[in-house]
Amino acid sequence: MAMTEGTGPAAPVMGKGSMTVRVVERPKRTFATQIFLIEVWKGLGVTFRHLFVNLARHALRALGITGQPGAVTIQYPEDPAVLGKRARTRHRLLKREDGAPRCTACLLCETICPAKCIRITAENAPDAMVEKRAKTFDIDLGMCIFCGYCAEACPVDAIHMDANEVEISSYSRKDMIWNMAELLGDAPKVPGGTA
Amino acid sequence: MAKRVKFKLNGTEVEADEGRLVIDAAKDAGVEIPHYCYHPALGNPGNCRMCIVEVAGAPKPQVSCRLPVKEGLDVKSDSPAAKRAQASALELHLVNHPLDCPVCDQSGECGLQDYYMKIGRYQSQVREDKQHKGKRVEAGPHVMLDQERCILCTRCTRFVDDVTKTHELGIFRRGHTEAVELTPGKVLDNDYSGNVVDICPVGALTDRDFRYQVRVWYLDKTDSVCPGCSRGCNISIHTNTKRTWHNQGHRVARLKPRHSEVNGYWMCDEGRYGYRPLDEGRLGKVLRLTPERAELSWEAAAVELAARLKDGGSKGLAVAASGMLSNEDWAALKDLFPAAKLYFTAEPDQVGAEDALLKRREKVPNLKGAEALGLKSGSFDDLAKDLESGKVSGLWIVERDLTKVWGAERAKALIGKAGFSVFQGPNKGGTGELASYRLPATAYAEETGRFTNFEGRVQEYRKALDPIGSARPDHEIFGLVKAALTGAALEAAA
Repeated sequence: MAMTEGTGPAAPVMGKGSMTVRVVERPKRTFATQIFLIEVWKGLGVTFRHLFVNLARHALRALGITGQPGAVTIQYPEDPAVLGKRARTRHRLLKREDGAPRCTACLLCETICPAKCIRITAENAPDAMVEKRAKTFDIDLGMCIFCGYCAEACPVDAIHMDANEVEISSYSRKDMIWNMAELLGDAPKVPGGTA
Repeated sequence: MAKRVKFKLNGTEVEADEGRLVIDAAKDAGVEIPHYCYHPALGNPGNCRMCIVEVAGAPKPQVSCRLPVKEGLDVKSDSPAAKRAQASALELHLVNHPLDCPVCDQSGECGLQDYYMKIGRYQSQVREDKQHKGKRVEAGPHVMLDQERCILCTRCTRFVDDVTKTHELGIFRRGHTEAVELTPGKVLDNDYSGNVVDICPVGALTDRDFRYQVRVWYLDKTDSVCPGCSRGCNISIHTNTKRTWHNQGHRVARLKPRHSEVNGYWMCDEGRYGYRPLDEGRLGKVLRLTPERAELSWEAAAVELAARLKDGGSKGLAVAASGMLSNEDWAALKDLFPAAKLYFTAEPDQVGAEDALLKRREKVPNLKGAEALGLKSGSFDDLAKDLESGKVSGLWIVERDLTKVWGAERAKALIGKAGFSVFQGPNKGGTGELASYRLPATAYAEETGRFTNFEGRVQEYRKALDPIGSARPDHEIFGLVKAALTGAALEAAA
């Protein structure tokens, strides 16, 4: 793979392929860097800047002058967690327009899963053009590392990680396993349930 | 002896027999030229156009599967022109291929996938819709046909025409509707039908037994020898042990033939699907069933059995074995029971149909191995008579289900008449409950050993699976009992 960014002089490196290397010069050690005090004061400056900026923002908001609050600690779980729009959350299996699960049991997600938390078994689909479908589809969320590879590997857009649910803890390891109906949203996840 | 000639392959000089096909000569030299229709055992119709190469002096590229080697030939299989021609041929094959790799059982070992990654043209130029043909056609009891995936290489039709001569498959119609189909009124149910799955370079013919059981990239492959008959076809055992929820929990996913002089490229369906009993009623514990049921350690069992053998002496001892034993097992058996009467002939329980191609009458792999060691078998009728008259002080049964030889009732009565009896084998079968001792042995897939086939060819099979429970190979069990008999250290024998 050729590295294209970087402006330094490119030098050929022995080995396979044609790799270009950007040479970065080490910063010189001087008395000013070695006493560390300057950097410590710089860091403290950042800390105090945040303190006063936030203090000012909170004060302005309290007085009703601006609406923007300063950085705050979210009082989770009393206040709900605010998730980013693209946050990887609990898996969700999607359906076709006719209501059948989209999953064709190709096992690519099971193959790529680094935590080996997906277990699928396959069967004949009633429609010959679909060929294959999942008979069982279990995800052990206790083992899942939320890397998102499964959603990325899926060739038929059958698995997403956008259920916007992060509160998936349970009292037993067994209850961390979600089966196909639960992932499809057809059945609620009941602790001590069928999985 | 053909004349050796020199020709140029991709710029290097190569020596080969004159008249040998360039594709074969290249393979000998370590250069793989892509191909679909050519198969060493099925001829070279030259219809897939994948093995196209550039030949100096020829106006157009040539197919290397129909090009004989001659002195001074200059062939290039990796020149830009040859690669372009191969990529074009592949592009044509892919015009109507459905690209349903995610649901196709062939994916992972598919010729189209392999060559596409090597020489594919990654930008499709096809603007038309794909032609649709028959999906999921049940060609026979073992084979599923998908006409859409077919690239019409005709390997399967040549197999049923030339090898089995049963003509169940043919190419019908032409142009874009051309397809492989069953000959009217026929079903692909010959004794070698599974081989069309192996030779199909794409996913058009897939195995119904293996269908959707496990993806091929989960399988481990081990070289072995088929124990289905005395031919000893070279096979590869494909096992799924890491993801146990697949393949319905079975460890062996499928058997595939390996090319050898013994079996060519083929194996029969009986052998191919004969792996199923492997894990049925497996024994894993060393047990004494009578007089009082107890689980023993191997050492304790060896000591007890040695005492029984000394008691009764080896004079009235009978050993009922079977051709499932490896050469090592036979040798250890001979060593342990030098004076005992042996019974191991193939009775109707181990005899089946034979044919001119591969199948042999004796459905066990290694009767020849016993013969080579000079072991002689009595007839099971004599054994029955001896048991009846109480002449047998001890009966040692090795990997043989006597209920299949004599029937359940009679076997129970006869085994009960022996002074003591030992059943040693991988599967419980009907006899496992009848003997007074039960010793778990490894199945052929769990040990490394040698079978001697009917021609006298000694072939090694390798360990593909871990043994179940405390099962051990037969020769180790014999060695252990022998050590207990002679008073040697048991650990050393184990």
